[in-house]
Amino acid sequence: MWPDERVAKFVNDNFLPARVHVKEDPEAFKKYGEQYNAHWTPTVLELDPNGEEFYRLEGFLPTDDFLAQLMLGRAHMDFKQEKWAEAEKRFREIVDKLPNTDAAPEAMYWAGVSHYKATNDPSALKETAKAFKQRYKDSSWAKKSSIWV
Amino acid sequence: MSINFRHDVENVLKEAKKQNKPVLLDFSAAPM
Repeated sequence: MWPDERVAKFVNDNFLPARVHVKEDPEAFKKYGEQYNAHWTPTVLELDPNGEEFYRLEGFLPTDDFLAQLMLGRAHMDFKQEKWAEAEKRFREIVDKLPNTDAAPEAMYWAGVSHYKATNDPSALKETAKAFKQRYKDSSWAKKSSIWV
Repeated sequence: MSINFRHDVENVLKEAKKQNKPVLLDFSAAPM
């Protein structure tokens, strides 16, 4: 996962990366494992600039899925900070670049929500629900969007 | 391109606050 060029670029562009190695530094693992409730590896946390967790990945994923999840977390951070345009761009990038990952349907859902939040235009939700009739129609996100039709 | 993971987590958290930049914290047991 980590040696992948795309993953490395995304991490370096978006985060200050830090690692706690469970075996090499058990004291740090005890301290930060307890602080962040991390009891399994790999666990990857995305923390906001104040050190508060805003996204968590537990367990191994193939590279594309791993990258998509990292991108999803970062997009959710913009969403929580009400940066609607930035969030939508980040969510859509997942759907465009990594359309076959598990994160893609969720990203498509939240891209629609972000657009709605930015514009207050309900058609953004309706269009998203329509899009789910073409793609990812068996996903739980398609079900969640079905009320918008 | 590679990721330069730092192990001084406390300092990384302080710098993140100063730079207003998120942190990616990896708990790993993989061979180093």
